[in-house]
Amino acid sequence: MVHTSMEGALFEPTLYIVKGMCILDIHGNRILAKYYDKDVLPTVKEQKAFEKNLFNKTYKADAEIIMLEGLTCVYKSNVDLFFYVMGSSHENELILQSVLNALYESVSILLRRNVEKRVLLDNLDAVMLAMDEICDAGVILDADPTSIVGRAALRTEDVPLGEQTVAQVLQSAKEQLKWSLLK
Amino acid sequence: MSSFKRDKKEEEDSGGNPYENLDKTIVLQEARYFNQSPVNPRKCSLILTKILYLLNQGEKLTTQEATDAFFATTKLFQSKDVMLRRMVYLCIKELSNLAQDVIIVTSSLTKDMTGKEDLYRAAAIRALCSITDSTMLQAIERYMKQAIVDKNPAVSSAALVSALHLSSTAPDLVRRWANEAQEAISSDNAMVSYHALGVVAGSRRNDKLSTVKLVTRLTSSPTKSPYALCFLIRLAAQLVEDDDSDASAPYIEFIECCLRHKSEMVIYEAAHAIVNLRKTARDLSPAVSVLQLFCGSSKASLRLAGARTLARLTAKHPTSVAACAVDLENLISDPNRSVATLAVTTLLATGAESSVDRLMKQISSFVSEISDEFKIVVVRAIRRLCTKFPRKHQSLAAFLAGMLRDEGGLEYKAAIADAIIALVEENPDAKETGLAHLCEFIEDCEHTALAVRILHLLGREGPKSRQPSRYIRFIYNRVILESGPVRAAAVSAVAQFGAQRPELLPNIRVLLARCQLDEEDEVRDRAIYYSAILDTGDEQLINDYIVNVPKPNPILLERALRDHLNTHPDEAFNIMTVPAEEEQKESKEAIVEIEVKKPVQMSIEEIYSEQLAVIPGIDRLGPVFKTNPPIDLTEAETEYRVRLLKHVYARHVVLQFECTNTLSDQILEQVHVKLECPVEYEIKTELPIQKLFYDKPGSVFVVVEYPCSFLESLGTFGATLEFIVRDCDPTTGVPDPGEGYADSYPLEEFEMGCSDQIRARPGTDDWEQTWERAANAPEASDTFVLSQNDINEAAKAVCEHLGLPKAAITGEAVKEIRGGGIFRGGAPVLVRARLAATPGGVTMQLASRSPREDVAQLLLAAVG
Repeated sequence: MVHTSMEGALFEPTLYIVKGMCILDIHGNRILAKYYDKDVLPTVKEQKAFEKNLFNKTYKADAEIIMLEGLTCVYKSNVDLFFYVMGSSHENELILQSVLNALYESVSILLRRNVEKRVLLDNLDAVMLAMDEICDAGVILDADPTSIVGRAALRTEDVPLGEQTVAQVLQSAKEQLKWSLLK
Repeated sequence: MSSFKRDKKEEEDSGGNPYENLDKTIVLQEARYFNQSPVNPRKCSLILTKILYLLNQGEKLTTQEATDAFFATTKLFQSKDVMLRRMVYLCIKELSNLAQDVIIVTSSLTKDMTGKEDLYRAAAIRALCSITDSTMLQAIERYMKQAIVDKNPAVSSAALVSALHLSSTAPDLVRRWANEAQEAISSDNAMVSYHALGVVAGSRRNDKLSTVKLVTRLTSSPTKSPYALCFLIRLAAQLVEDDDSDASAPYIEFIECCLRHKSEMVIYEAAHAIVNLRKTARDLSPAVSVLQLFCGSSKASLRLAGARTLARLTAKHPTSVAACAVDLENLISDPNRSVATLAVTTLLATGAESSVDRLMKQISSFVSEISDEFKIVVVRAIRRLCTKFPRKHQSLAAFLAGMLRDEGGLEYKAAIADAIIALVEENPDAKETGLAHLCEFIEDCEHTALAVRILHLLGREGPKSRQPSRYIRFIYNRVILESGPVRAAAVSAVAQFGAQRPELLPNIRVLLARCQLDEEDEVRDRAIYYSAILDTGDEQLINDYIVNVPKPNPILLERALRDHLNTHPDEAFNIMTVPAEEEQKESKEAIVEIEVKKPVQMSIEEIYSEQLAVIPGIDRLGPVFKTNPPIDLTEAETEYRVRLLKHVYARHVVLQFECTNTLSDQILEQVHVKLECPVEYEIKTELPIQKLFYDKPGSVFVVVEYPCSFLESLGTFGATLEFIVRDCDPTTGVPDPGEGYADSYPLEEFEMGCSDQIRARPGTDDWEQTWERAANAPEASDTFVLSQNDINEAAKAVCEHLGLPKAAITGEAVKEIRGGGIFRGGAPVLVRARLAATPGGVTMQLASRSPREDVAQLLLAAVG
């Protein structure tokens, strides 16, 4: 059947609530991003343009929520990372907020509270799994950080020092030195 | 020094990111490493992460590359490493729509989903369902049913969510899992019961009765999950919306009850539902006070939710919102500009004239900081103010003009221009200033589309102003400075002045002559065209081709032209047969809202032209002249629902019977419609529905030729639906063996009236002139006594018969209906009716003029 008019102002009874999630770095570049609705930002080009716009509008003010290009975006940032969850502009903002909390909290647990880009990239696989556990094609799969982390953080041991190459050790030493100098 | 700095910065940027500058070919080379045995989980996992990262960054893989990577990945099923396996699933999902032959992993995934390792099972189900199609699903159906009721919540959720995704492609199959899903609703795990509810409600979406049952059962023993409750509130609200009787009272009660839930999400959901129900709940105040509380929250999203929902309420219940004025005042300086904007605009919408200036000042302090969406909200609010407080137009117009000068995207600028245009149209006092602002704006407008629109407006409104010549300068400047399309629009606008202000004509001729030397074809063509028409001095010609030009719907025009070229390219094309573009009417509701992306507005003819294309030989009928709004031929709650659409062509009418079978245990075969036509009508072809499945609408088309004489085209049709019933299994949809039996179902009668065959429009300002010009056309007139007692009722009824909108009615004591239109086939017709109340009823004198006398008479016959 063809719907010619917009259905009333009520929220639509659907489970497909999340239109997208993304994590950007301090320059607004994408680290990870997922879009779930083929009608919303279907091409990578549109997505990246949207992310740029979103970042420019949000990096200055920590205002939690913004309406942009027909989407409601809730966001949160820490050090050099920006977390966003997008939903339709006709959606319960607090549900989106709960998804953002799940995303941020589970990443935070995975990174042992060091929510910053370098640590995140070191654990990129686990973060990918966590995002996959939070939302499946737009349906909220789980919003409880502990249970999400329980399903995503599967690596038990850390790499013992002996297995790292000399170059790796040097690199990480250099990194640490640089960060301490910059601070 | 500076180069050193840059080096350092670059080093810092790339040093932290091992995934920066990854090369696609190298990473795909690395995938070969997967073949090695034994598998090194850490190394392989890193490579998979790299592949996923590349895909995530938008790197494009060819089908071959994706397939290679996919097959390499499948090798990793040898490893028992949990993390690696999970990354493999992720890769399978990402590559499944790029690579070929992905079903190869079905058996590995099936093994994982039925295995013992819980960490595999949930993820394996989701990966499996993303690669299977409905035929393959049969094989895993048993496992899916088990998984839905699995005691591990992750597994159960995974199966339910996958089922939900599959229900869009294989709804019948998923419907068979409803019992298991039903059982899962009562799960202890909040997410499982949420997902189960989604699946069950989805499978009953079109079955109102069982949705009612479901909602009734769940509202009496609500689940713990806040998400599920939100979903339930939405279902309940929809039932209330669809049901006008008192039966919906328990649902409203349930929603009101949710206002006291401990989760803010649920409270908001309930408040939002109550506020937005068309039917007003008994008392809005509990919902409003909840929203009021939200406005004072420390969380921005709560404040936004509260302010937004209150803003929506302004149209329906301004008094309830006005009571929250204090809370909204507090939000005016909110650090979240979205919240501040909503607060200000809501206050503007509800406040008094005296507070306007103060609030406008407040807005201008932060308008540069907010996103375009919200600027548009502000513009709309100001636009409403212009209507509400016409005396404020000067300051409001100045404010809009200021916004027009700021930076902003096309949509924003267009909204401002719209607001000024509305101001110009509604408020005669503001016309001159508004036009002046727009003139100034096009001096420096980078958006071609907007400049063209404004030039068009100047062409329309400018000639009527006191000093038309001052606009010509602005318009002509465009001809010198702008790009092709703008120059062309400027030429058209200039021509309008020439057509409507004879005293300016000599000057306009000179300007148009200059434009004939333009380098752009379109500009030259227009200049020559307008010069030629203006040179004739024929008022009628100038009016029809410059001042009041009909605008056919471009999409339908294109289609009609294509059909015309295919069928009879030698004949001349009659543009009058194409439906004209309808003026879009904006809803008057003054809702303060951030715009949801609107679906593209399509005319009813456009919507159905696709469906009509299935009729063989349809292109020989010519372009569709008009599609009439659907009428129901059955009661709302019957076994078979049928509604009728009349698609009118020049000499034919296509009757489209949209049938829906609401019985899940029946399939209807060879559905056709037996028509009883009035004499002189002739049935040409009929296109039956071969099989009509449960809940999948289908259409029977009947092509009928009109009688040769227009006068005989009025009449009543009888119709009966005839079909063969085959019983089937309601859950699987598989038909029972055997023949089935023939049955029929009577439909209501329907009319072919005058309004079906005419595209009417109300009379315009210069209606008198048009009517006079048609004085020598054949006229039919008669006097009628109408049965209605009330003159308003009578006027409305007459309008309905003639297919005229209510806007055609003017006058108070003596009603006059003025209108015109085009009859199918392209004959224009004008109609005038005068109605006066007399002691015995309402007397009407009706006259119609048309070059075709029979059309004029038909209009009379339609009323008589």
